[in-house]
Amino acid sequence: MDEQQRGTWKVKSGLAQMLKGGVIMDVVTPEHAKIAEEAGACSVMALERVPSDIRAAGGVARMSDPEIILRIMEAVSIPVMAKVRIGHFVEAQILESLGIDYIDESEVLTPADERHHVNKHDFKVPFVCGCRDLGEALRRISEGAAMIRTKGEAGTGNIVEAVRHMRQVWDGVRRIQNLPDDELAAEAKELGAPLELVQEVKRLKRLPVVNFAAGGVATPADAALMMQLGADGVFVGSGIFKSEEPERMARAIVKAVTHYQDAAILAEVSRGLGKAMPGIEISTLAKEELLASRGW
Amino acid sequence: MTRIGVLALQGDFAEHLTMLRSLDVEARAVRLPRDLEDLDGLILPGGESTTISRLADAYGLVEPLRAFAGAGKALWGTCAGAIYLARSAPDLDRPTLGLIDIEVRRNAFGRQIDSFEIDLPIAGIEGGPFHAVFIRAPVIEATGPDVTVLARLEDGRIVAVQEGNRLATAFHPELTTDTRLHRYFVALAERAVPSKRGMA
Repeated sequence: MDEQQRGTWKVKSGLAQMLKGGVIMDVVTPEHAKIAEEAGACSVMALERVPSDIRAAGGVARMSDPEIILRIMEAVSIPVMAKVRIGHFVEAQILESLGIDYIDESEVLTPADERHHVNKHDFKVPFVCGCRDLGEALRRISEGAAMIRTKGEAGTGNIVEAVRHMRQVWDGVRRIQNLPDDELAAEAKELGAPLELVQEVKRLKRLPVVNFAAGGVATPADAALMMQLGADGVFVGSGIFKSEEPERMARAIVKAVTHYQDAAILAEVSRGLGKAMPGIEISTLAKEELLASRGW
Repeated sequence: MTRIGVLALQGDFAEHLTMLRSLDVEARAVRLPRDLEDLDGLILPGGESTTISRLADAYGLVEPLRAFAGAGKALWGTCAGAIYLARSAPDLDRPTLGLIDIEVRRNAFGRQIDSFEIDLPIAGIEGGPFHAVFIRAPVIEATGPDVTVLARLEDGRIVAVQEGNRLATAFHPELTTDTRLHRYFVALAERAVPSKRGMA
């Protein structure tokens, strides 16, 4: 290979590997983005509104205004991500043309297609997608997602769904470890995922791409919990800028993800942080208010 | 057995640890100053240089890392790690460690869509070109008198250097299955320890 090869699977999934052990923070202004970078975020998600505000506003949530995204891209030197609606490949084309570093095809926005996700192989820019279990993760990877995150339940400040989804992914991985090779095809059918990816999961003993936790992280302890449950890193949406002291919360969550196994450090960084974002009990949400059930 | 640490504050440290263990090296994640004890060498992985340098500051690693280098231990930075080891990185809004006499420019190729892979000949690495993966990669823009250039792109830009037993690469050998650079580094680290072995 004498020529430079761009947009390959290796460089798409490789950027996610560089983000590991880090925190990706939702930001809505260049000032927020700078605070996040200053606090040690490894990347920021550029948005018009954080998920809790999207939830409160209702209506149709779409890709953010490119103007806002570009201003955030200019403000920081770390990679910048942005969200498109599930299946909205034109929003993705627009973000790619802006030079965004990662696209999140996200259930937090209102889906544009109830049946088909974006064919992510068509793009040079890498995609991250949400999942609730192993089958959903592998379906997204087969469509070209170079990074996976749990869906959790965004904008609730409640970690319970992210925990459920992370445990379900690992349950699926462990189950495959115990299956003989001749039962993998039936398992693939059951999961609704391609056999080749199921075989790869058995070989690697994990997902073939980086897997972050997302959807409900509100404290350093939440972040460390997800790391101990096997996340490679953490997305924090509303949890930073809807807390009482965003800068301190941001720094504390960054430290908690690095030192997730050290309870003394977790205690230290959790002290005197002020109020975390207000939380929502999942059972008080109506079925149509649950974002995680968007997509398949 | 040779002991190599990998700075595990943020980034792809697990990939380095896996590769080192495949070479029968004792490999350890380094998050706090005490983790540096007894190591023969340290790898600073890829990741975000802003994040890594802030966490190193926050947990008092800067002086211990300089002392580690001062004791003649081997060091290798890949991508973000190379930026952090450099004498200067003008577009990193933070102090660097200044342990390799190079000036580095961050994100020198552009944004993620400009990330690339290419086969790259590397001086001192036998067996043909090395498959090099560049992700939002830096380049080395200036080198001091004691720095040897190990690899350049076709346009002449410097992407791998050595100064004594310290290495800097703009790309990520840990994302491939090619262990030649890791073996090269382990050999450098082993050469740094004879005095200790002699005393034992």
